[in-house]
Amino acid sequence: MKSARLGPWIAILIGAIYFIVPLIATFEFSLRKRRGEYSLDAYRSLFEDSRFLQSFGYSALVALATIVVGVLLVVPTAYWIRLRLPGLRPVIEFITLLPLVIPAIVIVFGYLRMYNSSSWLPFTASARATDALLVFSYVTLSLPYMYRAVDTGLRAIDVRTLTEAGQSLGASSARILFSVILPNVRAAVLSGAFLTFAIVIGEFTMASLLNRPAFGPYLQNVGANRAYEPFALAVIAFAVTWASMGLINVFGRGAHDMAAPGKR
Amino acid sequence: MAELAYPQAHAAPAPSVRRVPLSWAWLGVVPFFLFALLFLILPTLDLILGAFRTPEGGFTLDNIRRLNTPTIRGAYKISLQVSVASALLGAVAGFFLAYAVVMGRVPRWLRPVLTTFSGVASNFAGIPLAFAFLATLGPTGLVTALLMNNFGVNLRALGFNILSFWGLTITYLYFQIPLMVLILMPALDGLKKEWREASAILGATTFQYWRYIALPVLWPSLLGTTILLFANAFGAVATAYALTGSSLNIVPILLYAQIRGDVLHDPHLGYALALGMIVITGLSNVGYIWLRARSERWIR
Repeated sequence: MKSARLGPWIAILIGAIYFIVPLIATFEFSLRKRRGEYSLDAYRSLFEDSRFLQSFGYSALVALATIVVGVLLVVPTAYWIRLRLPGLRPVIEFITLLPLVIPAIVIVFGYLRMYNSSSWLPFTASARATDALLVFSYVTLSLPYMYRAVDTGLRAIDVRTLTEAGQSLGASSARILFSVILPNVRAAVLSGAFLTFAIVIGEFTMASLLNRPAFGPYLQNVGANRAYEPFALAVIAFAVTWASMGLINVFGRGAHDMAAPGKR
Repeated sequence: MAELAYPQAHAAPAPSVRRVPLSWAWLGVVPFFLFALLFLILPTLDLILGAFRTPEGGFTLDNIRRLNTPTIRGAYKISLQVSVASALLGAVAGFFLAYAVVMGRVPRWLRPVLTTFSGVASNFAGIPLAFAFLATLGPTGLVTALLMNNFGVNLRALGFNILSFWGLTITYLYFQIPLMVLILMPALDGLKKEWREASAILGATTFQYWRYIALPVLWPSLLGTTILLFANAFGAVATAYALTGSSLNIVPILLYAQIRGDVLHDPHLGYALALGMIVITGLSNVGYIWLRARSERWIR
């Protein structure tokens, strides 16, 4: 085996500089709040800001709800498609890819038009209903990743045999789905869940246009009004993203090879 | 022979027996289709139809025609420029990075490092990414200051501004390159070593190997991913908004401002703007899906 040539190393070096320098710069800026010396003042002032914890908590809750709704929607569908309706597979796959085709801002614009307070389904009439709409919008955004993760997980197990085994032991369909199939695709579901969390936690467009007090709009607000706190927030956001991706590696692969363009 | 024929004869009526449970099987996917209709398909269709309606509800092409103003034309132009540039540069840079790690005979541990980092960086987008690049290349950013103080290079005097075409493109590359790396690595794995050896035995040069074997195999996934990157950048709102406010006139920002009621005060023009975005990303993604289906025949 020949030793490495120069070219690959140059590519890696340039890549490393491009990807690492902004992180260093952001971190350095986040420490500059106190004049003349490095300090954690920017972080301290964030944690003293009640809106920081409130908006982060709100978004974390919305992310959790998104994951639950997403799993309840995607796992039975993907299971049923594998077991009984393989012919519909291309249709479902096409639909789950649509959120990559239709920009998030267009989807939410459609919601505002269709579900306004004088429509047949007035989702935007009350705060609670708008929260629900936000959760559904995030389920839509995460559909491409969730579906692919779950479907990859289902491909790795013998769905038919497991189902027949469950049936011959007298289990109901719901029991088979939740006590047999779901535990077997746990790693894939968790991958999809953490990816969903990473997408949803700082999402801006939908939360902002639906006017919900989420973390994304808070980030934007701090960015427009404060000098050093935005950089501290960026460091925190990077850490959260890193943690989500790290947990995917810990809990198994499946969504591992995927990234999330839907978020922007 | 008779014994062999028997099970076949027996199996023949089976499809009609199985048709009975199949007739109710579609019920299992009703929730999914209902969800997709309510939160994905109908809202989009509603906008598309709205683009062809007058405020009174009649049919019109006037909304589309009214897109033809200098502001909106300019917005589409710079949006297309940023998306094309960040997609092409992201594709090229991502290709070289993926190639370096998969085939460059560099230490093994670099590969999981790059994969993990790409997973993080491709999701580190939106507003925090804008902050990171303000800290790097903004007016008082680290690199801006470094170049100014140590090398006497004044980026601003050279015409560089983070709130511009190049500023936005360089920022978008931060999620475009990792996305390319993630999608391309498995494709590069699909290039079999035997192909290279076989071509070498037949006397092919490295250039000929790439020109006649590797690139034709990789071409659909390369081009397909580039198209995905394009659509990815074209629909992006948050990064640009946090970076430039509404000072850079790109389509998603214009639409965002329109929805917030800041500028046009004309919802039907907004629908037409949205329609333009759907048409552009839609066409590019039809290309992606088609090319991907083609590339999957080769990469097994």
